[in-house]
Amino acid sequence: MANKVWDSHVVHHAEGQPDLLYIDLHLIHEVTTPQAFDGLRLAGRGVRRPDLTVATMDHNTPTIGLDLPLADPISAKQIAALATNCAEFGITLYPMGHANQGIVHVIGPEQGLTQPGMTIVCGDSHTSTHGAFGALAFGIGSSEVEHVLATQTLPQHRPANMAVTIEGDLPAGVTAKDVILALIGRIGTGGGAGHVIEYRGSTVRSLSMEGRMTICNMSIEAGARAGLVAPDETTFAWLAGRPHAPSDVDWGAAVEHWRSLATDEGAVFDKEVVIDATALRPHVTWGTNPSQVVAIDGVVPDPDILTDAGQAESARRALTYMGLAAGTPVREIRVDTVFIGSCTNSRLADLRAAAAVVDGRHVAAGMRAMVVPGSMRVKAEAEAEGLDRIFTAAGFEWRAAGCSMCLGMNPDQLSPQERCASTSNRNFEGRQGPGGRTHLVSPAVAAATAVAGHFATPEDL
Amino acid sequence: MEPVRTVTGTAVPLRRSDVDTDQIIPAKWLKRVERTGFGQGLFSEWRADPEFVLNQPRFAGAAVLVTGPNFGTGSSREHAVWALLDYGFAAVVSPSFADIFRTNCTKAGMVPVQVPAEVGDALLAAVEADPSVVITIDVAARTVGGAGVSATFPLDDFTQWRFLEGLDDIGLSLRNEDEIVAYEASRPAWMPTLP
Ligand code: SF4
Repeated sequence: MANKVWDSHVVHHAEGQPDLLYIDLHLIHEVTTPQAFDGLRLAGRGVRRPDLTVATMDHNTPTIGLDLPLADPISAKQIAALATNCAEFGITLYPMGHANQGIVHVIGPEQGLTQPGMTIVCGDSHTSTHGAFGALAFGIGSSEVEHVLATQTLPQHRPANMAVTIEGDLPAGVTAKDVILALIGRIGTGGGAGHVIEYRGSTVRSLSMEGRMTICNMSIEAGARAGLVAPDETTFAWLAGRPHAPSDVDWGAAVEHWRSLATDEGAVFDKEVVIDATALRPHVTWGTNPSQVVAIDGVVPDPDILTDAGQAESARRALTYMGLAAGTPVREIRVDTVFIGSCTNSRLADLRAAAAVVDGRHVAAGMRAMVVPGSMRVKAEAEAEGLDRIFTAAGFEWRAAGCSMCLGMNPDQLSPQERCASTSNRNFEGRQGPGGRTHLVSPAVAAATAVAGHFATPEDL
Repeated sequence: MEPVRTVTGTAVPLRRSDVDTDQIIPAKWLKRVERTGFGQGLFSEWRADPEFVLNQPRFAGAAVLVTGPNFGTGSSREHAVWALLDYGFAAVVSPSFADIFRTNCTKAGMVPVQVPAEVGDALLAAVEADPSVVITIDVAARTVGGAGVSATFPLDDFTQWRFLEGLDDIGLSLRNEDEIVAYEASRPAWMPTLP
């Protein structure tokens, strides 16, 4: 399937050279673009297809006090630079406070801009999210952003293909987040390097679009170039009626094209992994990369039993950084903060799952708990359902949309040694604030943990 | 980009695996709108530790970073490469690189030198033992050598040519203008566009 999308986008092919691929949609945000626009100006180039480019502000934006000037003047300058660049080059921008503003990987699908069979890029590694629709979507650096702005193409070497087949019904309380954490735990942070992962099997077919996005989103944490799911009725149902979806007149032709994208029977992959979904449990990371993960029923592992010297050393460093002792049961680890948000788990379905757990309950004494919807539209929809009231009654803060504490570029940060159960995607050292300790979990586990004060599943409550 | 033909110089040994770009350049540095000045932020959290290799005077002035496997994982931030360049590195030697980081290197003029694990180990050990060891990377020959160790490294012809000639990637793609126009004419009209 990745090959089909690839082949249909090759503009120029020559032996010994990367293929020149046409890019159908270029998403941009404030952090990785100022240098690209400067490059354009220096070379006297324009934006080839502003109509295939869309911008939002997400990484720096505050989630409270939207009407106030930004507290950080450097963030303010970066935000202002995006607005100026979009105005100068005629690019549609969803600025702070706009009804369509939000995390770049939430708004693309939400607006129906993300469609099967497209090539989508963004100066952000989690662009893999859009693969949930059967698009070939990958993150790029700022030089490549400039390249796409100028040419709407990108020279790329064809990646290898990897199949991850997930079969069986997920046990109660186990979510898409646990599936992808389990996969990364198994294949490691470099296990997908050089590959596009196609997720297949009965488990994937029965997942919602939100669940598929969660899985594809974290493909990059396994080192993969991209993640993909073949489009099906679930995909089409999500797209129907979205602002940028094909109109009624074109719908039939579009769906026919989308159906043709599925991987042919008997296609051969360069690598294959099979996961038995029925045996999975909710997962919690204990270390400082997403492959350092265990089931919630487990204990913090002992680095001494790891056979690979490099991994043992990295586990030792991680335990020191995380302030954890080997052998500690995961459920006994106390948590200071819960963050529900990020491009991995901030969509309506994620918020519903968390709200269902905290409804009628209250967060543990001393717990800081925060919900940051992925987009202003998710926020509005959640409020229409009353989810905001459930969260605030339970002691959560209810914020405006953005990346927020996923990377702490705005004021939402952890303090040194503050321990956080987070629905985001990276538990790297200092990711949520210098010295902060991040544990990655699903929205359901995050919500239960907020109530219990230590790692917990909803059934534990 | 400027042509890069050879890199010769001493090295810093960074004996860590899975180094992510959040460590190479922490998020608070990403707010700059320029391409320069990121050297100060390079490994800034780790540099708070006075014992960290970059703080050891014996490794000052190095041109090559020698590191463990799976270097540059995580965020796509090209700022990580700009920080390494701005600090004075011209090449990184590792048994493996994350894909986006490697691409960013080749766009910004930093040589990603992927070596077999045993070569990486040998170079790390040699540099740790003797900071004056000089490492030479020859882009045309695709070789890396120093301290009695030598190896070849993978670099596709196209990227090698761009390094040697210092070619502008965008200019190269624009040579295919006619094909881009033809492709655009063939795209289905129902594909999304913005006003
Ligand atoms: S939510 Fe986090 S991972 Fe996602 S785009 Fe924002 S900063 Fe990146």
